[in-house]
Amino acid sequence: MNAIKLETHSYSLYYGKFRALEDISIEIPEKQVTAIIGPSGCGKSTFLRTFNRMNDLIPGVRTEGQALLDGEDIFSMDVVALRQRVGMVFQKPNPFPKSIYDNVAYGPRVNGIREKNVLDEIVETSLRGAALWNEVKDNLGKSGLALSGGQQQRLCIARALAVKPSVILMDEPAASLDPIATQRIEELIRQLVEHYTIVIVTHNMQQAGRVSDYTAFFFTDESRTGRLVEFNLTRKIFTNPQDKRTEDYITGRFG
Amino acid sequence: MNVPDITSTNAMNLAEKRSAADLRRRQAAQKLSFGLFWLGALVVILIMLVVVGYVFITGFKSINLQFLTTPPKGGLSGEGGISTTVITTLYLVGLILAISAPLGIGAAVFLIEYQGQTQSGGKFIRSLLQVVNFGVETLAGIPSIIFGLFGYALFVSTLKFGFSLLSAALAGACLVLPTIIRTTQEALLTVPVSLREGSLALGATRWQTISKVVLPAAIPGIITGIMLSVGRIISETAVFYVTLGGSYRLPKNLFSGGRTLSLHLFYLAMDTNAFEKAMGTGAVLIVSIILINLIIDLISRKLSAGVRLHQ
Repeated sequence: MNAIKLETHSYSLYYGKFRALEDISIEIPEKQVTAIIGPSGCGKSTFLRTFNRMNDLIPGVRTEGQALLDGEDIFSMDVVALRQRVGMVFQKPNPFPKSIYDNVAYGPRVNGIREKNVLDEIVETSLRGAALWNEVKDNLGKSGLALSGGQQQRLCIARALAVKPSVILMDEPAASLDPIATQRIEELIRQLVEHYTIVIVTHNMQQAGRVSDYTAFFFTDESRTGRLVEFNLTRKIFTNPQDKRTEDYITGRFG
Repeated sequence: MNVPDITSTNAMNLAEKRSAADLRRRQAAQKLSFGLFWLGALVVILIMLVVVGYVFITGFKSINLQFLTTPPKGGLSGEGGISTTVITTLYLVGLILAISAPLGIGAAVFLIEYQGQTQSGGKFIRSLLQVVNFGVETLAGIPSIIFGLFGYALFVSTLKFGFSLLSAALAGACLVLPTIIRTTQEALLTVPVSLREGSLALGATRWQTISKVVLPAAIPGIITGIMLSVGRIISETAVFYVTLGGSYRLPKNLFSGGRTLSLHLFYLAMDTNAFEKAMGTGAVLIVSIILINLIIDLISRKLSAGVRLHQ
Protein backbone atom coordinates (compact mmCIF):
# COMPACT_ATOMS: atom_id res chain seq x y z
CA MET A 1 0.00 0.00 0.00
CA ASN A 2 1.15 3.49 -0.84
CA ALA A 3 2.01 6.10 1.75
CA ILE A 4 -0.86 7.74 3.60
CA LYS A 5 -1.75 11.09 2.05
CA LEU A 6 -4.88 12.12 3.89
CA GLU A 7 -6.20 10.77 7.15
CA THR A 8 -8.78 11.51 9.80
CA HIS A 9 -8.95 10.18 13.31
CA SER A 10 -12.19 10.15 15.31
CA TYR A 11 -13.32 13.03 13.17
CA SER A 12 -16.78 14.51 13.81
CA LEU A 13 -18.41 17.59 12.34
CA TYR A 14 -21.31 19.64 13.69
CA TYR A 15 -23.57 22.26 12.14
CA GLY A 16 -24.46 24.07 15.32
CA LYS A 17 -25.98 21.30 17.46
CA PHE A 18 -26.59 18.92 14.57
CA ARG A 19 -23.95 16.24 14.17
CA ALA A 20 -23.39 15.72 10.45
CA LEU A 21 -20.41 13.36 10.67
CA GLU A 22 -19.49 11.09 13.54
CA ASP A 23 -16.25 9.45 14.51
CA ILE A 24 -14.70 8.96 11.11
CA SER A 25 -11.27 7.40 10.94
CA ILE A 26 -9.81 6.76 7.51
CA GLU A 27 -6.40 6.61 5.85
CA ILE A 28 -6.41 7.64 2.21
CA PRO A 29 -3.39 6.37 0.24
CA GLU A 30 -1.23 8.54 -1.97
CA LYS A 31 -1.58 8.49 -5.79
CA GLN A 32 -4.68 6.35 -5.73
CA VAL A 33 -8.28 7.16 -6.53
CA THR A 34 -10.47 6.87 -3.48
CA ALA A 35 -14.21 6.97 -4.08
CA ILE A 36 -16.67 8.03 -1.42
CA ILE A 37 -20.07 6.51 -2.02
CA GLY A 38 -23.30 6.46 -0.07
CA PRO A 39 -26.89 7.70 -0.19
CA SER A 40 -27.84 11.39 -0.37
CA GLY A 41 -27.43 13.28 2.87
CA CYS A 42 -24.90 10.93 4.43
CA GLY A 43 -22.22 13.62 4.59
CA LYS A 44 -20.02 12.56 1.67
CA SER A 45 -19.50 16.09 0.35
CA THR A 46 -19.14 17.55 3.82
CA PHE A 47 -16.44 14.99 4.53
CA LEU A 48 -14.68 15.74 1.22
CA ARG A 49 -14.73 19.46 2.00
CA THR A 50 -12.86 18.78 5.22
CA PHE A 51 -9.64 18.30 3.30
CA ASN A 52 -9.57 21.80 1.79
CA ARG A 53 -11.57 23.34 4.62
CA MET A 54 -14.38 24.60 2.41
CA ASN A 55 -16.61 24.00 5.43
CA ASP A 56 -14.93 27.03 7.01
CA LEU A 57 -17.23 29.16 4.86
CA ILE A 58 -20.33 27.91 6.65
CA PRO A 59 -21.06 29.72 9.91
CA GLY A 60 -21.56 27.52 12.95
CA VAL A 61 -19.47 24.56 11.77
CA ARG A 62 -17.42 22.88 14.47
CA THR A 63 -15.18 19.84 14.26
CA GLU A 64 -13.72 17.29 16.65
CA GLY A 65 -10.88 14.87 16.10
CA GLN A 66 -8.02 15.11 13.66
CA ALA A 67 -7.64 15.61 9.93
CA LEU A 68 -4.15 15.36 8.48
CA LEU A 69 -2.46 16.04 5.17
CA ASP A 70 0.98 14.40 4.87
CA GLY A 71 0.81 13.95 8.62
CA GLU A 72 0.25 17.67 9.27
CA ASP A 73 -2.82 18.97 11.05
CA ILE A 74 -5.11 20.52 8.42
CA PHE A 75 -6.86 22.81 10.87
CA SER A 76 -3.69 24.49 12.07
CA MET A 77 -2.45 25.17 8.53
CA ASP A 78 -2.91 28.47 6.77
CA VAL A 79 -6.09 27.88 4.79
CA VAL A 80 -4.77 29.56 1.63
CA ALA A 81 -1.62 27.42 1.70
CA LEU A 82 -3.73 24.31 2.29
CA ARG A 83 -5.89 25.02 -0.75
CA GLN A 84 -2.82 25.32 -2.93
CA ARG A 85 -1.93 21.79 -1.96
CA VAL A 86 -5.46 20.41 -2.14
CA GLY A 87 -7.36 21.37 -5.27
CA MET A 88 -11.07 20.88 -5.84
CA VAL A 89 -13.42 20.22 -8.74
CA PHE A 90 -17.09 20.89 -8.11
CA GLN A 91 -20.29 19.18 -9.14
CA LYS A 92 -21.38 21.90 -11.53
CA PRO A 93 -18.64 23.25 -13.78
CA ASN A 94 -17.90 26.73 -12.46
CA PRO A 95 -15.47 28.46 -14.81
CA PHE A 96 -15.04 32.16 -14.15
CA PRO A 97 -16.63 34.53 -16.69
CA LYS A 98 -13.16 35.07 -18.12
CA SER A 99 -11.16 33.71 -21.06
CA ILE A 100 -9.92 30.13 -21.08
CA TYR A 101 -6.39 31.43 -20.56
CA ASP A 102 -7.37 33.64 -17.63
CA ASN A 103 -9.32 30.81 -16.02
CA VAL A 104 -6.27 28.57 -15.95
CA ALA A 105 -3.86 31.39 -15.07
CA TYR A 106 -6.09 32.51 -12.20
CA GLY A 107 -4.55 30.25 -9.55
CA PRO A 108 -0.92 30.97 -10.42
CA ARG A 109 -1.71 34.69 -10.62
CA VAL A 110 -3.33 34.90 -7.19
CA ASN A 111 -0.25 33.09 -5.93
CA GLY A 112 1.91 35.88 -7.27
CA ILE A 113 3.17 34.60 -10.63
CA ARG A 114 3.29 37.50 -13.10
CA GLU A 115 5.81 36.46 -15.78
CA LYS A 116 4.05 35.98 -19.09
CA ASN A 117 6.24 33.11 -20.29
CA VAL A 118 5.85 31.20 -17.03
CA LEU A 119 2.08 31.65 -17.12
CA ASP A 120 1.97 30.60 -20.78
CA GLU A 121 3.78 27.41 -19.91
CA ILE A 122 1.59 26.63 -16.88
CA VAL A 123 -1.55 27.23 -18.94
CA GLU A 124 -0.42 24.89 -21.70
CA THR A 125 0.79 22.16 -19.33
CA SER A 126 -2.37 22.31 -17.26
CA LEU A 127 -4.65 22.22 -20.29
CA ARG A 128 -2.69 19.28 -21.67
CA GLY A 129 -2.93 17.62 -18.27
CA ALA A 130 -6.70 18.01 -18.36
CA ALA A 131 -6.87 16.67 -21.94
CA LEU A 132 -8.32 19.93 -23.20
CA TRP A 133 -5.34 21.53 -24.95
CA ASN A 134 -5.97 20.19 -28.43
CA GLU A 135 -9.55 21.40 -28.38
CA VAL A 136 -8.85 24.94 -27.22
CA LYS A 137 -5.25 25.81 -28.14
CA ASP A 138 -6.33 28.14 -30.96
CA ASN A 139 -9.01 29.84 -28.87
CA LEU A 140 -7.38 30.58 -25.55
CA GLY A 141 -8.92 34.05 -25.59
CA LYS A 142 -12.43 32.67 -25.88
CA SER A 143 -14.69 32.82 -22.82
CA GLY A 144 -14.58 29.72 -20.66
CA LEU A 145 -18.36 29.89 -20.58
CA ALA A 146 -18.57 29.32 -24.32
CA LEU A 147 -17.30 25.74 -23.91
CA SER A 148 -19.56 22.69 -23.62
CA GLY A 149 -20.35 21.32 -20.16
CA GLY A 150 -17.77 18.56 -20.40
CA GLN A 151 -15.12 20.95 -21.69
CA GLN A 152 -15.97 23.41 -18.91
CA GLN A 153 -15.42 20.67 -16.35
CA ARG A 154 -12.06 19.78 -17.89
CA LEU A 155 -11.23 23.50 -17.84
CA CYS A 156 -11.99 23.48 -14.12
CA ILE A 157 -9.69 20.48 -13.72
CA ALA A 158 -6.96 22.31 -15.66
CA ARG A 159 -7.53 25.34 -13.45
CA ALA A 160 -7.02 23.17 -10.38
CA LEU A 161 -3.88 21.53 -11.85
CA ALA A 162 -2.34 24.95 -12.52
CA VAL A 163 -1.89 25.53 -8.79
CA LYS A 164 0.25 22.34 -8.63
CA PRO A 165 -1.69 20.58 -5.90
CA SER A 166 -0.81 17.06 -4.75
CA VAL A 167 -4.41 16.18 -3.93
CA ILE A 168 -7.50 16.76 -6.07
CA LEU A 169 -10.93 16.54 -4.48
CA MET A 170 -13.80 15.89 -6.86
CA ASP A 171 -17.37 16.41 -5.74
CA GLU A 172 -19.52 14.42 -8.20
CA PRO A 173 -17.54 15.87 -11.11
CA ALA A 174 -19.64 14.18 -13.78
CA ALA A 175 -23.08 14.54 -12.22
CA SER A 176 -24.16 17.25 -14.65
CA LEU A 177 -22.52 15.75 -17.74
CA ASP A 178 -23.77 13.46 -20.50
CA PRO A 179 -22.39 9.90 -20.76
CA ILE A 180 -19.73 10.75 -23.34
CA ALA A 181 -18.40 13.70 -21.39
CA THR A 182 -18.55 11.55 -18.27
CA GLN A 183 -16.43 8.89 -19.92
CA ARG A 184 -13.80 11.48 -20.84
CA ILE A 185 -13.66 12.72 -17.25
CA GLU A 186 -13.30 9.16 -15.98
CA GLU A 187 -10.45 8.45 -18.41
CA LEU A 188 -8.84 11.67 -17.30
CA ILE A 189 -9.09 10.68 -13.64
CA ARG A 190 -7.25 7.44 -14.43
CA GLN A 191 -4.49 9.43 -16.14
CA LEU A 192 -4.22 12.00 -13.36
CA VAL A 193 -3.84 9.42 -10.63
CA GLU A 194 -0.29 8.75 -11.77
CA HIS A 195 0.67 12.10 -10.30
CA TYR A 196 -2.08 13.05 -7.91
CA THR A 197 -4.03 11.68 -4.99
CA ILE A 198 -7.68 11.83 -5.99
CA VAL A 199 -10.70 11.66 -3.73
CA ILE A 200 -13.99 11.54 -5.59
CA VAL A 201 -17.53 11.69 -4.25
CA THR A 202 -19.98 9.95 -6.53
CA HIS A 203 -23.56 8.81 -6.57
CA ASN A 204 -22.85 6.50 -9.40
CA MET A 205 -21.63 3.12 -8.20
CA GLN A 206 -20.57 1.95 -11.65
CA GLN A 207 -18.42 5.06 -11.78
CA ALA A 208 -16.88 4.26 -8.41
CA GLY A 209 -16.19 0.76 -9.67
CA ARG A 210 -14.61 2.03 -12.91
CA VAL A 211 -12.37 4.81 -11.62
CA SER A 212 -11.42 4.07 -8.05
CA ASP A 213 -8.79 1.92 -6.37
CA TYR A 214 -10.31 2.31 -2.92
CA THR A 215 -13.89 2.88 -1.86
CA ALA A 216 -15.29 4.32 1.32
CA PHE A 217 -18.97 3.63 1.99
CA PHE A 218 -20.77 6.23 4.07
CA PHE A 219 -24.19 5.61 5.51
CA THR A 220 -26.71 7.28 7.77
CA ASP A 221 -29.89 6.42 9.66
CA GLU A 222 -32.84 8.44 11.02
CA SER A 223 -30.42 10.62 13.01
CA ARG A 224 -29.05 11.83 9.63
CA THR A 225 -25.56 11.62 11.08
CA GLY A 226 -23.09 10.31 8.53
CA ARG A 227 -20.78 7.45 9.47
CA LEU A 228 -18.11 5.52 7.65
CA VAL A 229 -19.33 1.95 7.34
CA GLU A 230 -16.60 0.35 5.34
CA PHE A 231 -13.36 1.31 3.63
CA ASN A 232 -11.36 -1.07 1.49
CA LEU A 233 -10.01 -1.82 -1.95
CA THR A 234 -12.80 -1.09 -4.43
CA ARG A 235 -12.54 -4.60 -5.79
CA LYS A 236 -13.15 -6.02 -2.31
CA ILE A 237 -16.00 -3.65 -1.52
CA PHE A 238 -17.77 -4.65 -4.69
CA THR A 239 -17.11 -8.37 -4.59
CA ASN A 240 -16.89 -9.18 -0.92
CA PRO A 241 -18.36 -6.45 1.31
CA GLN A 242 -17.92 -7.09 5.01
CA ASP A 243 -20.96 -5.13 6.17
CA LYS A 244 -24.55 -6.06 5.36
CA ARG A 245 -25.42 -2.39 4.68
CA THR A 246 -22.61 -2.08 2.15
CA GLU A 247 -23.83 -5.17 0.39
CA ASP A 248 -27.43 -3.93 0.32
CA TYR A 249 -26.33 -0.58 -1.03
CA ILE A 250 -24.06 -1.79 -3.80
CA THR A 251 -26.55 -4.39 -4.93
CA GLY A 252 -29.10 -1.59 -5.23
CA ARG A 253 -31.45 -2.69 -2.50
CA PHE A 254 -31.67 0.90 -1.26
CA GLY A 255 -30.19 4.31 -1.79
CA MET B 1 -46.46 -6.48 -9.57
CA ASN B 2 -49.93 -5.84 -10.97
CA VAL B 3 -50.80 -2.20 -11.50
CA PRO B 4 -54.58 -1.68 -11.68
CA ASP B 5 -55.97 0.11 -14.73
CA ILE B 6 -57.12 3.39 -13.32
CA THR B 7 -57.98 5.07 -16.61
CA SER B 8 -61.46 3.57 -16.86
CA THR B 9 -62.73 4.05 -13.33
CA ASN B 10 -65.90 6.13 -12.86
CA ALA B 11 -64.07 8.93 -11.14
CA MET B 12 -61.56 9.17 -13.95
CA ASN B 13 -64.25 9.21 -16.61
CA LEU B 14 -66.06 11.96 -14.78
CA ALA B 15 -62.85 13.92 -14.39
CA GLU B 16 -62.25 13.68 -18.10
CA LYS B 17 -65.71 15.09 -18.95
CA ARG B 18 -65.35 17.86 -16.42
CA SER B 19 -62.01 18.98 -17.68
CA ALA B 20 -63.36 19.32 -21.22
CA ALA B 21 -66.11 21.66 -20.07
CA ASP B 22 -63.76 23.40 -17.72
CA LEU B 23 -61.23 24.10 -20.45
CA ARG B 24 -63.48 26.65 -22.15
CA ARG B 25 -64.08 28.46 -18.89
CA ARG B 26 -60.39 28.56 -18.09
CA GLN B 27 -59.58 29.90 -21.51
CA ALA B 28 -62.20 32.62 -21.14
CA ALA B 29 -60.76 33.58 -17.75
CA GLN B 30 -57.33 33.84 -19.31
CA LYS B 31 -58.60 36.05 -22.12
CA LEU B 32 -60.29 38.36 -19.66
CA SER B 33 -57.31 38.74 -17.37
CA PHE B 34 -54.86 39.25 -20.23
CA GLY B 35 -57.24 41.86 -21.63
CA LEU B 36 -57.17 43.71 -18.30
CA PHE B 37 -53.36 43.57 -18.22
CA TRP B 38 -53.26 45.02 -21.71
CA LEU B 39 -55.59 47.82 -20.69
CA GLY B 40 -53.41 48.59 -17.67
CA ALA B 41 -50.27 48.74 -19.79
CA LEU B 42 -52.04 50.91 -22.37
CA VAL B 43 -53.20 53.44 -19.77
CA VAL B 44 -49.72 53.68 -18.27
CA ILE B 45 -48.13 54.29 -21.65
CA LEU B 46 -50.80 56.87 -22.48
CA ILE B 47 -50.22 58.81 -19.26
CA MET B 48 -46.50 58.83 -19.91
CA LEU B 49 -46.96 60.01 -23.48
CA VAL B 50 -49.30 62.82 -22.39
CA VAL B 51 -46.94 64.12 -19.71
CA VAL B 52 -43.79 63.92 -21.79
CA GLY B 53 -45.60 65.13 -24.89
CA TYR B 54 -47.05 68.14 -23.10
CA VAL B 55 -43.67 69.19 -21.74
CA PHE B 56 -42.02 68.71 -25.12
CA ILE B 57 -44.65 70.56 -27.13
CA THR B 58 -44.82 73.55 -24.80
CA GLY B 59 -41.10 73.60 -24.12
CA PHE B 60 -39.95 72.95 -27.65
CA LYS B 61 -40.32 76.57 -28.77
CA SER B 62 -37.75 77.85 -26.29
CA ILE B 63 -35.12 75.19 -26.99
CA ASN B 64 -32.37 76.20 -29.39
CA LEU B 65 -28.62 76.36 -29.38
CA GLN B 66 -28.65 79.78 -27.77
CA PHE B 67 -30.90 78.54 -24.96
CA LEU B 68 -28.42 75.78 -24.24
CA THR B 69 -25.29 77.90 -24.41
CA THR B 70 -26.15 81.16 -22.65
CA PRO B 71 -26.43 81.65 -18.89
CA PRO B 72 -29.73 82.70 -17.32
CA LYS B 73 -30.17 86.46 -16.92
CA GLY B 74 -31.49 86.17 -13.41
CA GLY B 75 -34.11 88.37 -11.83
CA LEU B 76 -37.82 87.99 -12.30
CA SER B 77 -37.83 88.05 -16.09
CA GLY B 78 -36.67 84.45 -16.44
CA GLU B 79 -34.84 85.46 -19.58
CA GLY B 80 -31.65 83.85 -20.79
CA GLY B 81 -30.57 80.25 -21.27
CA ILE B 82 -29.54 77.39 -19.05
CA SER B 83 -25.81 76.90 -19.69
CA THR B 84 -24.55 77.56 -16.14
CA THR B 85 -27.21 75.33 -14.61
CA VAL B 86 -26.22 72.45 -16.87
CA ILE B 87 -22.59 72.84 -15.82
CA THR B 88 -23.50 73.14 -12.13
CA THR B 89 -25.53 69.96 -12.45
CA LEU B 90 -22.56 68.16 -13.97
CA TYR B 91 -20.28 69.45 -11.18
CA LEU B 92 -22.65 68.12 -8.59
CA VAL B 93 -23.05 64.75 -10.29
CA GLY B 94 -19.27 64.37 -10.34
CA LEU B 95 -18.77 65.48 -6.76
CA ILE B 96 -21.58 63.38 -5.34
CA LEU B 97 -20.45 60.24 -7.14
CA ALA B 98 -16.84 60.80 -6.07
CA ILE B 99 -18.06 60.75 -2.47
CA SER B 100 -20.84 58.19 -2.56
CA ALA B 101 -19.66 55.56 -5.05
CA PRO B 102 -16.55 54.38 -3.15
CA LEU B 103 -18.35 54.61 0.19
CA GLY B 104 -21.49 52.87 -1.02
CA ILE B 105 -19.73 50.09 -2.92
CA GLY B 106 -17.39 49.51 -0.01
CA ALA B 107 -20.26 49.33 2.46
CA ALA B 108 -22.19 46.92 0.25
CA VAL B 109 -19.19 44.63 -0.18
CA PHE B 110 -18.73 44.59 3.55
CA LEU B 111 -22.40 43.91 4.24
CA ILE B 112 -22.66 41.05 1.75
CA GLU B 113 -19.25 39.43 1.69
CA TYR B 114 -18.47 39.58 5.37
CA GLN B 115 -21.91 39.02 6.79
CA GLY B 116 -22.18 35.64 8.47
CA GLN B 117 -18.47 35.07 7.99
CA THR B 118 -17.51 36.85 11.16
CA GLN B 119 -16.96 33.68 13.13
CA SER B 120 -14.77 35.35 15.71
CA GLY B 121 -16.75 38.57 15.98
CA GLY B 122 -19.79 36.55 16.91
CA LYS B 123 -23.19 37.87 17.78
CA PHE B 124 -22.28 41.52 18.28
CA ILE B 125 -20.97 42.07 14.76
CA ARG B 126 -23.85 40.11 13.26
CA SER B 127 -26.47 42.24 15.02
CA LEU B 128 -24.54 45.37 14.11
CA LEU B 129 -24.69 44.32 10.47
CA GLN B 130 -28.43 43.77 10.79
CA VAL B 131 -28.89 47.26 12.20
CA VAL B 132 -26.85 48.73 9.34
CA ASN B 133 -28.89 46.80 6.79
CA PHE B 134 -32.12 48.00 8.34
CA GLY B 135 -30.79 51.54 8.40
CA VAL B 136 -29.92 51.44 4.71
CA GLU B 137 -33.38 50.18 3.82
CA THR B 138 -35.02 52.89 5.90
CA LEU B 139 -32.84 55.65 4.48
CA ALA B 140 -33.78 54.60 0.95
CA GLY B 141 -37.42 55.36 1.71
CA ILE B 142 -36.99 58.74 3.45
CA PRO B 143 -38.32 61.84 1.62
CA SER B 144 -35.46 63.79 0.09
CA ILE B 145 -36.36 67.06 1.81
CA ILE B 146 -35.30 65.44 5.09
CA PHE B 147 -31.84 64.84 3.66
CA GLY B 148 -31.98 68.48 2.60
CA LEU B 149 -32.86 69.69 6.09
CA PHE B 150 -30.15 67.49 7.57
CA GLY B 151 -27.65 68.87 5.07
CA TYR B 152 -28.76 72.39 5.85
CA ALA B 153 -28.42 71.88 9.61
CA LEU B 154 -25.08 70.07 9.48
CA PHE B 155 -23.15 71.26 6.44
CA VAL B 156 -24.63 74.71 5.76
CA SER B 157 -24.93 76.06 9.30
CA THR B 158 -23.06 73.90 11.84
CA LEU B 159 -19.97 73.23 9.74
CA LYS B 160 -20.36 76.68 8.12
CA PHE B 161 -19.89 75.47 4.55
CA GLY B 162 -22.72 77.88 3.64
CA PHE B 163 -24.98 77.46 0.63
CA SER B 164 -22.37 75.84 -1.55
CA LEU B 165 -21.43 73.09 -3.93
CA LEU B 166 -19.76 71.33 -1.02
CA SER B 167 -22.84 71.36 1.23
CA ALA B 168 -25.03 70.23 -1.66
CA ALA B 169 -22.60 67.49 -2.67
CA LEU B 170 -22.41 66.10 0.87
CA ALA B 171 -26.17 66.19 1.34
CA GLY B 172 -26.67 64.70 -2.13
CA ALA B 173 -24.21 61.93 -1.31
CA CYS B 174 -26.31 61.04 1.74
CA LEU B 175 -29.35 60.95 -0.53
CA VAL B 176 -27.94 58.51 -3.10
CA LEU B 177 -25.85 56.36 -0.75
CA PRO B 178 -28.75 53.99 0.04
CA THR B 179 -29.44 53.55 -3.69
CA ILE B 180 -25.82 52.70 -4.43
CA ILE B 181 -25.53 50.37 -1.44
CA ARG B 182 -28.72 48.51 -2.25
CA THR B 183 -28.10 48.07 -5.97
CA THR B 184 -24.53 46.95 -5.25
CA GLN B 185 -25.79 44.49 -2.64
CA GLU B 186 -28.25 43.05 -5.12
CA ALA B 187 -25.57 42.84 -7.80
CA LEU B 188 -23.24 41.00 -5.41
CA LEU B 189 -25.99 38.56 -4.44
CA THR B 190 -26.52 37.58 -8.08
CA VAL B 191 -22.92 36.37 -8.33
CA PRO B 192 -23.22 32.57 -7.89
CA VAL B 193 -21.70 31.05 -4.76
CA SER B 194 -20.00 28.51 -7.03
CA LEU B 195 -17.73 31.25 -8.43
CA ARG B 196 -16.65 32.30 -4.97
CA GLU B 197 -15.99 28.68 -3.99
CA GLY B 198 -14.08 28.09 -7.22
CA SER B 199 -11.78 30.99 -6.48
CA LEU B 200 -11.24 30.15 -2.80
CA ALA B 201 -10.53 26.52 -3.66
CA LEU B 202 -7.65 27.70 -5.86
CA GLY B 203 -5.92 29.26 -2.90
CA ALA B 204 -7.16 32.81 -3.45
CA THR B 205 -7.72 34.92 -0.36
CA ARG B 206 -11.15 36.32 0.38
CA TRP B 207 -10.09 39.75 -0.83
CA GLN B 208 -8.62 38.31 -4.06
CA THR B 209 -11.89 36.47 -4.58
CA ILE B 210 -13.90 39.64 -4.09
CA SER B 211 -11.69 41.89 -6.21
CA LYS B 212 -10.90 39.49 -9.06
CA VAL B 213 -14.08 37.41 -9.37
CA VAL B 214 -17.03 38.79 -7.46
CA LEU B 215 -16.77 42.52 -8.22
CA PRO B 216 -16.07 42.07 -11.96
CA ALA B 217 -19.09 39.79 -12.21
CA ALA B 218 -21.20 42.32 -10.32
CA ILE B 219 -20.10 45.37 -12.32
CA PRO B 220 -23.16 45.64 -14.58
CA GLY B 221 -25.40 45.85 -11.52
CA ILE B 222 -23.09 48.32 -9.81
CA ILE B 223 -22.97 50.57 -12.86
CA THR B 224 -26.75 50.43 -13.08
CA GLY B 225 -26.91 51.64 -9.48
CA ILE B 226 -24.53 54.49 -10.23
CA MET B 227 -26.49 55.56 -13.30
CA LEU B 228 -29.72 55.44 -11.28
CA SER B 229 -28.02 57.75 -8.81
CA VAL B 230 -27.03 60.11 -11.63
CA GLY B 231 -30.69 60.25 -12.62
CA ARG B 232 -31.66 60.87 -9.03
CA ILE B 233 -29.17 63.74 -8.70
CA ILE B 234 -30.27 65.37 -11.94
CA SER B 235 -33.93 65.26 -10.98
CA GLU B 236 -33.48 66.13 -7.30
CA THR B 237 -34.77 69.56 -6.28
CA ALA B 238 -35.60 69.62 -2.57
CA VAL B 239 -32.14 68.76 -1.25
CA PHE B 240 -30.41 71.39 -3.35
CA TYR B 241 -33.08 73.99 -2.65
CA VAL B 242 -31.91 74.14 0.97
CA THR B 243 -28.18 73.52 0.48
CA LEU B 244 -27.04 74.95 -2.84
CA GLY B 245 -28.40 78.50 -2.57
CA GLY B 246 -29.76 79.46 -5.96
CA SER B 247 -27.25 81.68 -7.69
CA TYR B 248 -27.61 81.46 -11.45
CA ARG B 249 -23.92 82.15 -11.88
CA LEU B 250 -21.33 79.49 -12.40
CA PRO B 251 -19.82 78.36 -9.07
CA LYS B 252 -16.18 79.43 -8.80
CA ASN B 253 -15.13 76.92 -6.17
CA LEU B 254 -16.47 74.35 -3.75
CA PHE B 255 -17.73 77.06 -1.41
CA SER B 256 -19.81 79.02 -3.90
CA GLY B 257 -23.48 78.31 -4.44
CA GLY B 258 -25.26 77.56 -7.66
CA ARG B 259 -28.34 76.22 -9.32
CA THR B 260 -28.95 72.84 -10.93
CA LEU B 261 -31.22 72.33 -13.91
CA SER B 262 -34.16 71.14 -11.87
CA LEU B 263 -33.65 73.88 -9.29
CA HIS B 264 -33.62 76.39 -12.14
CA LEU B 265 -36.85 74.89 -13.41
CA PHE B 266 -38.35 75.32 -9.95
CA TYR B 267 -37.31 79.00 -9.75
CA LEU B 268 -38.57 79.68 -13.26
CA ALA B 269 -41.91 78.12 -12.50
CA MET B 270 -42.44 79.73 -9.10
CA ASP B 271 -40.78 83.15 -9.33
CA THR B 272 -41.11 84.20 -12.97
CA ASN B 273 -43.60 84.25 -15.77
CA ALA B 274 -41.26 82.46 -18.11
CA PHE B 275 -43.47 79.41 -18.35
CA GLU B 276 -42.15 78.35 -21.73
CA LYS B 277 -38.57 78.57 -20.53
CA ALA B 278 -39.51 76.37 -17.58
CA MET B 279 -41.03 73.82 -19.93
CA GLY B 280 -37.96 73.99 -22.15
CA THR B 281 -35.78 73.27 -19.14
CA GLY B 282 -38.10 70.42 -18.27
CA ALA B 283 -37.75 68.99 -21.76
CA VAL B 284 -33.95 69.12 -21.47
CA LEU B 285 -34.23 67.30 -18.13
CA ILE B 286 -36.42 64.59 -19.60
CA VAL B 287 -34.07 64.08 -22.52
CA SER B 288 -31.10 63.68 -20.19
CA ILE B 289 -32.96 61.15 -18.05
CA ILE B 290 -33.93 59.19 -21.16
CA LEU B 291 -30.31 59.25 -22.31
CA ILE B 292 -29.12 57.99 -18.93
CA ASN B 293 -31.60 55.13 -18.99
CA LEU B 294 -30.48 54.19 -22.48
CA ILE B 295 -26.88 54.15 -21.28
CA ILE B 296 -27.82 51.94 -18.30
CA ASP B 297 -29.54 49.56 -20.66
CA LEU B 298 -26.61 49.45 -23.05
CA ILE B 299 -23.97 48.93 -20.36
CA SER B 300 -25.79 46.23 -18.49
CA ARG B 301 -26.60 44.41 -21.69
CA LYS B 302 -23.01 44.52 -22.88
CA LEU B 303 -21.37 43.63 -19.59
CA SER B 304 -23.80 41.05 -18.31
CA ALA B 305 -23.71 38.97 -21.49
CA GLY B 306 -20.91 36.88 -20.01
CA VAL B 307 -22.44 36.47 -16.59
CA ARG B 308 -25.85 35.58 -17.93
CA LEU B 309 -24.37 32.74 -19.93
CA HIS B 310 -23.17 31.33 -16.67
CA GLN B 311 -26.56 31.01 -15.04
